[in-house]
Amino acid sequence: MSKYHVDEYGFYGEFGGAFIPEMLYPNVEELRQHYLDIMYTDEFRTEFRQLLRDYVGRPTPLYLAERLSEKYKSKIYLKREDLCHTGAHKVNNTIGQILMAKRLGKKRIIAETGAGQHGVATATVCALMGLPCVVYMGEVDIARQAPNVARMKLLGAEVRPATSGSRTLKDATNEAIRDWINNPEDTHYIIGSVVGPHPYPDMVARFQAVISEEIQDQLLEKEGRKDPDYLVACVGGGSNAAGTYYHYLDRESVSIIAAEAAGKGIETGESAATSALGRTGIIHASKTLLMQTADGQITEPYSISAGLDYPGVGPMHAHLFKTKRADFIPVTDHQAMEAGRELAELEGIIPAIESSHAFAVLAMGHIPEGSLVVINLSGRGDKDLQTYIDYYSLA
Amino acid sequence: MEKSKNRILTTLEKPGKLLSIYFTAGFPNLEDTVPVLEALQKAGVDMVEIGLPFSDPLADGPTIQRSSTRALRNGMTTERLFEQLAHVRKMIHIPLVLMGYFNPVLQYGVEAFCRKCQEVGIDGLILPDLPLEIYERDYKHLMEPYGLSMAFLISPQTSEDRVRRIDQASTSFIYMVSSASTTGVQDGFGQGQEGYFRRIESMGLEHPQIVGFGISDSKSFQTATERAKGAIIGSAFVRMLDSEGIGGIEAFIRNIRP
Repeated sequence: MSKYHVDEYGFYGEFGGAFIPEMLYPNVEELRQHYLDIMYTDEFRTEFRQLLRDYVGRPTPLYLAERLSEKYKSKIYLKREDLCHTGAHKVNNTIGQILMAKRLGKKRIIAETGAGQHGVATATVCALMGLPCVVYMGEVDIARQAPNVARMKLLGAEVRPATSGSRTLKDATNEAIRDWINNPEDTHYIIGSVVGPHPYPDMVARFQAVISEEIQDQLLEKEGRKDPDYLVACVGGGSNAAGTYYHYLDRESVSIIAAEAAGKGIETGESAATSALGRTGIIHASKTLLMQTADGQITEPYSISAGLDYPGVGPMHAHLFKTKRADFIPVTDHQAMEAGRELAELEGIIPAIESSHAFAVLAMGHIPEGSLVVINLSGRGDKDLQTYIDYYSLA
Repeated sequence: MEKSKNRILTTLEKPGKLLSIYFTAGFPNLEDTVPVLEALQKAGVDMVEIGLPFSDPLADGPTIQRSSTRALRNGMTTERLFEQLAHVRKMIHIPLVLMGYFNPVLQYGVEAFCRKCQEVGIDGLILPDLPLEIYERDYKHLMEPYGLSMAFLISPQTSEDRVRRIDQASTSFIYMVSSASTTGVQDGFGQGQEGYFRRIESMGLEHPQIVGFGISDSKSFQTATERAKGAIIGSAFVRMLDSEGIGGIEAFIRNIRP
């Protein structure tokens, strides 16, 4: 068995598991017992593939970014997840999970969201399948992400404010878990990243693994080889990264780079660089690296990018960090914004600020010249326009 | 340290129904922990669950969340709680159970935490997000030497097989969550709970059950304890403490169990 994938107890090395209160046990256990059987039936795979192709727009292109390549003297391909329906990779997972929920006979969907991308992707598939959808979102995030709140409402979802704690993503996740405790029979919780209790990290990674599967095929076609020298993705919770790395985890000649949000800098106290600042602990029912006080209280992270603003990281990534299979590079707000602007100017693509963190690795000199590089462009920058406008005084 | 373990067992062996109260340590004021315990003992409560506050209490409703946030703002920490409890056994003879989420325990060091509990005279632990399987596989060997009783939860959705497994693993009582809910969400019981209480009673389990979640007054206390050994009141007590303070404890308890 692979040393980087989940074991029979739901752990990646020392990380993972399902630290759930007993009230959640039947729900999580039902999912654990059935998710693999359901995912790998022909009927499920056919429907999943069909929706990814016809609804999401897959396969997404693997695009050779020539001007960027020229600048960094490497051959750089972009995996264009930004071209997915709803604007990011998030929908790969929500399509998979809504099909899972239907097969489990669930009648109601709940989700958490930070910036609103996963909330929109969930509201979208609920509209598609005609299921009622409740999205929990921190009160603070509702105020600063108004367009995505409107999108969710337009798609027919109910957006419920999380008013506890710091009123951001981690609290929205707490509220969604509490909803699930209170609705144990008919509700499926669509978690948006490779976080939460086992089997979520593994299930979400498998749905997102369509990314690395396509990279292998596309690279083979374009370069005559499946393996790049470097794979780069940004990591908050880590779902786009998990999807980018998935089929390459055991191919150790492929170097894996994870770009983490350092916010204003690791030492400033305003950061979300979990591998650098976190210690082993439990967040959202998973044992992983997380930012916390000495006393074990979970602290509030900061990043200019709302999608990377999570105090933990998926247990698979904690394991990749611990085993040194992946290099974790902290990228500051400024480095990310500069990389985003550079991509816009060189390639005519405005990336989501999350994805900009992955691009910043190029300028930081972590990749030797002459390398074959694949960077996951996980989302488009439309949602971040206001941040770009404010940062560069573009108005 | 058999003695500390026996405080819960001795209490469970007494005839009659058992009233247990949950409150959050360091709430409403940081130094209220021990005075609250004294008032509860004086009012005739049989057992107390001291809540170790956590920033992200997943299984709790708004009341206990708010009390936890306040306690943390007051400056409550694990270390501070142990300091407050250092001489608690000079005044308090009823069983004391610490209830908290697992992460603060993990950060303190699981073994160090249990050793400290034993030292100050804590009798048992309830760690809602440490499930039975992970406890047995990874932590039991570290925790068991310190003689603390471990209470595990069951809910209406827990299968019969699993209830029996939990019964086997328990060392004192089973924490019977009354309904599929977080704490403090509902008041009183309906038909569904009646059936659940009867079903568990008819299983003839080895360990007594204490019902928690949804008990707020004398009526719900009576219903809950018709078929179980005892009941725990949490959110309703925390709400009272918030509005009336320690002075309100005696009347509150008298209203539950005259």
